[in-house]
Amino acid sequence: MVSQVKTGIYPNELAAQRAALRRRPRISETLIQGFLFFCGALSILITLGIVYELGKESLLFFTRQQWEETNRTLVEAMDAEQTTFRMTETGMALSVDSDIRIRSEVMTVLDVRGDVVTVARAQQNTAAAPHEVGVEVETSRRVTLAEFFTKTEWNPQIGKFGIWALVNATLMTSVTAVVVALPLGLCVAIYLSEYASARVRGTLKPLLEVLAAIPTVVYGYFALTFMTPLLRAIFGVDTVEIYNTASAGIVIGILILPLVSSMAEDALSAVPQSLRQAAYALGATRLETAVKVVVPAALSGIAAAFIVAISRAVGETMVVAIAAGAGPAFTFNPFKAAETMTGHIVRISGGDLSYDSIDYNSIFAIGLMLFFITLGLNILSQRIVRRFRETYE
Amino acid sequence: MKPHAHKTTMHLDTTGFTPNLPRRHRVGRVWLWIFQASTIVGIVVLTTLLLNIIDGAFGYAAVESKVDPDTLAVDGVPLEDLPKEELLRILKEHVSAGLYRRLENDMPFEERTRQDVYTLVLERVVEPRVVKQWSLQDSVFRSAQIKAEAASTYPKAELQFRSWVNTQFIRSPQSARAESAGVRTAILGSLWTVGIAILFAFPIGVGGAIYLEEYAADNAINRIIHTNINNLAGVPSIIYGILGLAIFVRALEPLTSGTLLGYADPTTANGRTIISAGLTLGLLILPMIIINAREAIRAVPSSLRQASYGIGATRWQTVWHHVLPNAMPGILTGTILAISRAMGETAPLVVIGASTFINQDPNGPFAKFTTLPIQIYQWTSRPQDVFRNIAAAAIIVLVLLLLSLNASAIVLRNRFSRRLD
Repeated sequence: MVSQVKTGIYPNELAAQRAALRRRPRISETLIQGFLFFCGALSILITLGIVYELGKESLLFFTRQQWEETNRTLVEAMDAEQTTFRMTETGMALSVDSDIRIRSEVMTVLDVRGDVVTVARAQQNTAAAPHEVGVEVETSRRVTLAEFFTKTEWNPQIGKFGIWALVNATLMTSVTAVVVALPLGLCVAIYLSEYASARVRGTLKPLLEVLAAIPTVVYGYFALTFMTPLLRAIFGVDTVEIYNTASAGIVIGILILPLVSSMAEDALSAVPQSLRQAAYALGATRLETAVKVVVPAALSGIAAAFIVAISRAVGETMVVAIAAGAGPAFTFNPFKAAETMTGHIVRISGGDLSYDSIDYNSIFAIGLMLFFITLGLNILSQRIVRRFRETYE
Repeated sequence: MKPHAHKTTMHLDTTGFTPNLPRRHRVGRVWLWIFQASTIVGIVVLTTLLLNIIDGAFGYAAVESKVDPDTLAVDGVPLEDLPKEELLRILKEHVSAGLYRRLENDMPFEERTRQDVYTLVLERVVEPRVVKQWSLQDSVFRSAQIKAEAASTYPKAELQFRSWVNTQFIRSPQSARAESAGVRTAILGSLWTVGIAILFAFPIGVGGAIYLEEYAADNAINRIIHTNINNLAGVPSIIYGILGLAIFVRALEPLTSGTLLGYADPTTANGRTIISAGLTLGLLILPMIIINAREAIRAVPSSLRQASYGIGATRWQTVWHHVLPNAMPGILTGTILAISRAMGETAPLVVIGASTFINQDPNGPFAKFTTLPIQIYQWTSRPQDVFRNIAAAAIIVLVLLLLSLNASAIVLRNRFSRRLD
């Protein structure tokens, strides 16, 4: 009792204080944390959304039935119940179990004997109807994965969907861009980091960053109004078409140049000064220090910059949409027009695209391909940075 | 170090590498020259880009008018100084009665301003048409030749030095004729879409950054989120366009076209609206905002947090009162970069379905839209040369807009950081 008076705390009061100090559930804190988690997790939802939507529509692209002319017509008129008919002999052969279409009626082929065909009428919710002589018989086909990945002609009007026509054009522009930007960008980065005075670097670096912020459509304008006329003046109007992959590629190179040099310069500047001093102490010249010591030390950063730049070049859209041409073509001539994956997506979706068409599905299939290419490049770049990073402390 | 080793370094045997030294220095000089040349090439190319745009945006133009404006002067007062009544009289005299009635129906003449009527007179009566235009470079260096050429080839035309960027260009809506086309609709469209993008992406982006920096434990889920955000930042913008087309334009059409909210305009109700575009741009800049905001939050010293926890603040109180205010300048800088990115994006908006031709100002989030980059793209793709000039003019407007946005944001950021000190 006495001791309690001394401290001034009664048992029940102590309990009350303990209760007051006990951790209470704070609903608002929990709610806020929940909301913040949602914000962070939204990025996962976006990725899932991209993969789901692209995947779903691509699947439709590969399962959608398309109708193709057989160049064979009905020899005699048929009524709505008749299941056997004759058609002209020359033209595409029909196979059993395939779907055919006469006018709007879909039928399934049950048996083929020469020019006599037995069918099940009125398939796929179509109505059986009489057909007269001379009506074209159409056969159904689907875009197969094999066709998609091996063929080199892309022409939706006649049902040709060979992605290589588009991939090849993308490769042409990207390779041109990379050839222009990587050596030039690395040289600029080495100059800025190893040779330039602080004042020069202080002026050029922000300038590069401003240029990196110029919208790509401006570079497209530049390609069409400057680079193409320049190329035509150099190589002749007859060799260089108005729209060509060389012009677009060079300008994409110019577009990614600030990115490459800025990122590579960051990597080079991060190499500690002590390494350079050690090299100088061994009698290395400035160039030997830069090329044999600093560049290898910053190699992971430089490689990451290169890969990010390649990924930018592959995904670049407006320059190719404006300058590379508006028609898929499989060509290795950089002076000819060819449409890239991104350019094709922009052109196809530029019009009022109907949702229920193979064109609509096809842009998702191309998009999925593009997504995986750039995602692969980005993951590769992060791997390289993590794996080969040299840490100096 | 052993003493004898020290002794040998006293008199170096230099015969082994001295002959090599001049060569090594020569190689060094050659490469220095290459590095310098590359830098200069880079600067020259990028300067050419800017000059090329200026080259297209100014220059001589031969303008042919249907009615010579000089003949319309009344009592020596030139057309541009005439009062509204005189302008109305000229308009009535020169256009057909039907057209005059239609114009009256569009908006009664009493309500129109003098400037508006003047524009009408220019458009309907004078009808100036650019028959030939020259680049700035030619206009400066081949001035005499151009004058001679214009006089012989287009005797009726008046040669004038024209700045394609002018107040009329900024104030007028789009038009099928390059001479009277402007970027007003496009500027408003850009502001609307970017505004919506920021309203959407800023709170969510900063929230995500706070979660990842202040709350997230180092577990698998959070590592996936982290990697995922970095990957999203590298996805080409056109992919976001396709995503926006599938989700906002198609799946959420009742919402984005405004029909669900009782706002339905039969001409716009197809989901290809400002709000779809804004949300798509919002998704596009979200990773960028998160990455930049994380950097800013990480830079806040942890002593601040510990002091706050030490006096009994909760986690959120610490974040709200101490971490965020200190990180705000950095977060704002990142947001500004994101705004510039959104402002210049073209490809996703083409995929979303920007209108190819609208001349009405957007009146809300459910209106059809066009933006500055879209206008530039469309004008550049036109075969007629004169559209290249207005494309160049629009590029100048866009670049100036981006620069002024950046500048105003930097001012804002400086003020913010001063208040904190």
